Amino acid sequence: MRPFTYQRVKTPAEAAAALMQQPDTKVIAGGTNLLDLMKLQIEAPAHLVDVNGVGLDRMNVTPEGGLRIGALVRNTDLAADPRVRREYPLLSRALLAGASAQLRNRATTAGNLLQRTRCPYFYDTDQPCNKRQPGSGCGALHGYSRVHAVMGVSDACIATHPSDMAVALRALDAVVETVRDGGATRMIPMAEFHRLPGNTPHLETTLRSGELITAVTLPKPVGGVQIYHKVRDRASYAFALVSVGAIVQRDGTGRIAVGGVAHKPWRVEAAEAALPDGARALASKLMAGARTTAQNAFKVPLVERTIAAVLQQAREEQ
Amino acid sequence: MSEPGNLDFSRREVLAIGGMTLASTALPQVAKAAAPQGVAPVLTRVTLDVNGRAHTLMLDTRTSLLDALREHLHLTGSKKGCDQGQCGACTVLVNGRRMVSCLSLAVMHEGDRITTIEGLGTPEKLHPLQAAFVRHDGYQCGYCTPGQICSAAAMLDEIRTGVPSHVTQDLLAPPRLTAMELRERMSGNLCRCAAYSNIADAIAEVAGGAAEPRT
Repeated sequence: MRPFTYQRVKTPAEAAAALMQQPDTKVIAGGTNLLDLMKLQIEAPAHLVDVNGVGLDRMNVTPEGGLRIGALVRNTDLAADPRVRREYPLLSRALLAGASAQLRNRATTAGNLLQRTRCPYFYDTDQPCNKRQPGSGCGALHGYSRVHAVMGVSDACIATHPSDMAVALRALDAVVETVRDGGATRMIPMAEFHRLPGNTPHLETTLRSGELITAVTLPKPVGGVQIYHKVRDRASYAFALVSVGAIVQRDGTGRIAVGGVAHKPWRVEAAEAALPDGARALASKLMAGARTTAQNAFKVPLVERTIAAVLQQAREEQ
Repeated sequence: MSEPGNLDFSRREVLAIGGMTLASTALPQVAKAAAPQGVAPVLTRVTLDVNGRAHTLMLDTRTSLLDALREHLHLTGSKKGCDQGQCGACTVLVNGRRMVSCLSLAVMHEGDRITTIEGLGTPEKLHPLQAAFVRHDGYQCGYCTPGQICSAAAMLDEIRTGVPSHVTQDLLAPPRLTAMELRERMSGNLCRCAAYSNIADAIAEVAGGAAEPRT
């Protein structure tokens, strides 16, 4: 690990200012992904700003009847919050499907959104990776690609975003709230928060330099049956091959977001009109334009079948 | 206050550094560029509250909580399995909650209350989970055991405080420690000897649910 200087800050403004003071500065909160990457020198900040003391660890009801989740609310606390369990069960379910209890106890809401891909070529510094070393190539394209993306991919990168929580937030139309040095705030809808890889896979979000996440806001509850179905190689503590976050209303309408298939949570609002017609109709629109390798082509039918299973479960629960 | 920390490199650290140098000559240019070159370590003073005692240490900012506990405070009960958050052997309690100490910096825990396996029980006065692991033979090599026990202690608290899990059927009802729940909630602790069934029996006995059938 490269040596670094370390600073604790007390307010979000102080954190945003610290981000602008010297190059190679990183914010640390839970640290469960950043430290892993620092040990491998995939991340090598010269300065760390510890934001654990800035007080963004609370949840409040918004004037619109939604829920504002502080950036530092731990994954365990968010999943266990009585209001989230009652009004946004999709979010609880997605969080509980991710990582282990030890990691959820540390990992934060903002950190979960900012975690990096678990693509093995990104993690192996002996391999080319356009995300880790822009211009070095993509080892996965013609290599081991079973776990990789099939939607929105580019010749530069076929990595997936690993978060379960983000899939739920996308289906729930969450908005990411940020602050910059000087106090300017911004609201970024989840749909626009993560980028597709294109030619710049090292740029993963639309956050600007020095911009700090302060909260994630959920609109008022939408009800319906909410299901998170994660398909993985073992029953617990593994990343998704495919996951489906669903909100299904009594009249058969609803929302579907999919994880494990793209560089961001994959949702196509226009495809959701086909939801009452069943999984096949929906999946053919949702997964139109899929670009697969021989190893990950299974993900396209797996998405359809997982949606079918979710719709079946929704009918049983209604 | 005690002063067990020292700034001398241990033999192990010297070996690790030697290995890194050797490895870096074999790495391609891509990785070499990221290697530390002439950047001085940064030392900082940290006071850790471990098992009810305050310890003030001068630590390299890079020191993980796990390395501070093992290498500086010589509390070697917490184990380094993978050092990347996947195995759970380094699980300790921080302010009563379980976490992996390998993925946290010691410097981030100023003022936190840290409990390691050494603080849960002693050979003379075992924690009920320690006694149950002995009774049920909940280990073979024993390397994962301190992490398993710290994790289980916090897991039982999580059940008591109503934290749901991936397998909890009803999110709105208080969770119960069924066999399924126990296995799901302990999935962050790997046992390469696969003593899982005895580990589960030991934990279930302490939780008062020994009669749960195995799945």
